[in-house]
Amino acid sequence: MSEVAAAHLEVEPQESPLTPESWGKLGMWLFLAGDAMSFGCLIVGYGILRHASNNWPVPKDVLGINLTAFMTFLLIISSVWMVLALAAIQENNKARFNKFLGLTILGGAMFLGCQAYEWTHLLGHRLPELGIAFSNSLFATTFFILTGFHGMHVTGGVIYNTSVLAAVNRGRYEAKHVEIAGLYWHFVDLVWILIFTFVYLL
Amino acid sequence: MTSTAHSTSAYIKIFYLLLVLTIVEVAIVYLGLPKMLLAVLLVTFAVWKAALVAMHFMHLKFEKRTLAVVALAPFVLCVFLILMLMPDIFPH
Repeated sequence: MSEVAAAHLEVEPQESPLTPESWGKLGMWLFLAGDAMSFGCLIVGYGILRHASNNWPVPKDVLGINLTAFMTFLLIISSVWMVLALAAIQENNKARFNKFLGLTILGGAMFLGCQAYEWTHLLGHRLPELGIAFSNSLFATTFFILTGFHGMHVTGGVIYNTSVLAAVNRGRYEAKHVEIAGLYWHFVDLVWILIFTFVYLL
Repeated sequence: MTSTAHSTSAYIKIFYLLLVLTIVEVAIVYLGLPKMLLAVLLVTFAVWKAALVAMHFMHLKFEKRTLAVVALAPFVLCVFLILMLMPDIFPH
């Protein structure tokens, strides 16, 4: 009996004690913890630069928050669609899964469209009117780095979700893979909630 | 799997809560509150919303405690980052 137990210790464990469902889930959590550090550094850096500057504009007057509030709504509802897609695949309801993951992807793509419009408007009209340029203003620099870094994450998420949708329909992915993609997508939503508050509202 | 237990209506409830919190956040910006009070309120709402997403959508509420420690580690490190930069933030 003890021989069996000893032999058992030598083989690689099949399940992680932290996330028994899959190793991938633990992997995603660890990646997100690292990614959160990147965002954390950018947000803390932004806060310190803002604190040290004496001519920081009022963000809501320069950026406008109505469109961004709508973008926040898009990411939040897209997160909800993602959990509904996961619930559907766990119940083996393919049609419902396709519908909700499709909506999730659409929500992310619409967010990116709004952000592209916002950036174009800011760079082409709003900022030049105020004499603010990417190169001469910490306000503009930190704004574009934070929202740009986040926008790249959304872009990655839209591509990731689209490939998950395709892989599930070809029978290569199952519910546990969707759950991992969901973790990433909700993280992107969570970070936007913080950016919306710190960069636009505060 | 624990996550199958969640019902759709529970997710919708969280969605409405997030929506209301976002509307309240945007509304109080226009109220013209004192700067300090506004900052405290906004940060409180933001952390509340972030926690809702992590707990319910990312299912952290239903995971092992240790995973929550992993998830919280970056926030602890951010606090360290701020503390280490204190001499630079408030120079004498």
